[in-house]
Amino acid sequence: MSSTNATALAIEGLHKSFGKLDVLRGIDLALAEHEVVCLIGASGSGKSTLLRCVNLLEPINAGRIVLHDEEITAGGVDVNVVRRGIGIVFQSFNLFPHMSVVDNVTLGPRKALGLPREDAERHADELLARFGLADKRGEYPDRLSGGQQQRVAIVRALAMQPGLLLLDEVTSALDPELVAEVLEVISELAGEGMTMLIATHEMSFARDVAHRVCFLDEGVILEEGPPEQIFGAPREPRTQQFLQRIVRAGRL
Amino acid sequence: MVLVVRAPGWPDVKQSFLNRDVFDDSFPDIARAFFVNVKIFLIAEVFILVFALFLAILRGLPGPVFFPLRLFATVYADLFRGIPTILVIYILGFGVTALQLPGVPVSPLFWGTVALVLVYSAYVSEVYRAGIESVHPSQSAAARSLGLTHGQALRFVVIPQAVRRVIPPLLNDFIGLQKDTALVALLGVVEAFRQSQIDVAATFNYTPYIATSILFIAITVPLARFTDWLIARDKRRQQAGRMA
Repeated sequence: MSSTNATALAIEGLHKSFGKLDVLRGIDLALAEHEVVCLIGASGSGKSTLLRCVNLLEPINAGRIVLHDEEITAGGVDVNVVRRGIGIVFQSFNLFPHMSVVDNVTLGPRKALGLPREDAERHADELLARFGLADKRGEYPDRLSGGQQQRVAIVRALAMQPGLLLLDEVTSALDPELVAEVLEVISELAGEGMTMLIATHEMSFARDVAHRVCFLDEGVILEEGPPEQIFGAPREPRTQQFLQRIVRAGRL
Repeated sequence: MVLVVRAPGWPDVKQSFLNRDVFDDSFPDIARAFFVNVKIFLIAEVFILVFALFLAILRGLPGPVFFPLRLFATVYADLFRGIPTILVIYILGFGVTALQLPGVPVSPLFWGTVALVLVYSAYVSEVYRAGIESVHPSQSAAARSLGLTHGQALRFVVIPQAVRRVIPPLLNDFIGLQKDTALVALLGVVEAFRQSQIDVAATFNYTPYIATSILFIAITVPLARFTDWLIARDKRRQQAGRMA
């Protein structure tokens, strides 16, 4: 897939450390337009850090990241402009608790893109309606269920019309019965051709939605391939171990 | 209470502190003078809220480039919290006016108010800073991830949440300020405290001090209740669903 389509995102030789702790130790990864890539791996393997680096929320130590032919890790790049084109959804939602749902969704378009409030709200209302949140537009985040909050967070990211969406374990903080509603939204986006890089612990979801799965282990991509191969016939012993643990936990 | 009323000196104290006639005579003058306190308080408060926020923002600027500004804000807070308020009032009120610089006001009221602004801004900036630091970094990250600048993230996401959290300690400082407006009397400004001193000197009776105290309480208590109401309203609005 990546050989025929244009490249949406290319990560080359990415290193990131926090003090003495090397979290990412040379990541190479490319996403084609409309491709969905799932990152799996144990906690602490660097999945979240990788996503935060792509969104330039963490400065990197070495390597480069290229988004739609622009090297976003180069000096002199306006990080605010870069981030407008990349949506990120966090594990803990990170909605703004002092703002209503519609204000959460329109803040980026109004302040970062300079859209007039009416236009931003019209677009926000369309998105909210599409994801079954139309009646929640005036609510404050704390009044919503976790699943609703996470869907609002996804809508907030989509309101910027990003070319790339990063999802950082978006269902990990949810009660089990709320996971499905969020995963359905993501599957729908995948079906529409949204380019996505997804860190997840939901293996069956990764199997269904991903075009490609990458297994991260101690800061490197140890194994990558189509989901059938990674989940069906993993080659690396570490991958096999990891998946066995997941199966034993009843998560696959 | 009983102990006070049955104390041997109680009749004298009652006569010299709780004299109804003296109270009635002095109260109108003191109440008029109290408007000066209210004026100082209101004007100073506006400048403090703005200046202190500015200092708190300086202190939170990221990166080595802004080190001098961070240092300035830190030294400022240390300095003006360290010097007794009364000395700042004396130094500005008598020192700056004595310079006789052309165009610089010589009014003791002006310099007294400036001194209060400088001192209380140092305290309030620390309150703001505590509030800003109490907002989880993930909030700022979420705002920045939408493409907002550092300033926009502060303005629309961090500071609104920070201010809501520090309203009680802010009020604490407001009440302190309201009371410290009496210190401006030391420069010769006739405000409520100075007026009560004048009345005390004229009548040899301390009741005017009680009258002044009542006036101060009449302002600070409603202010405290108003703040409680503000906080409760905010909680209700954000969290009603969770309680239900």
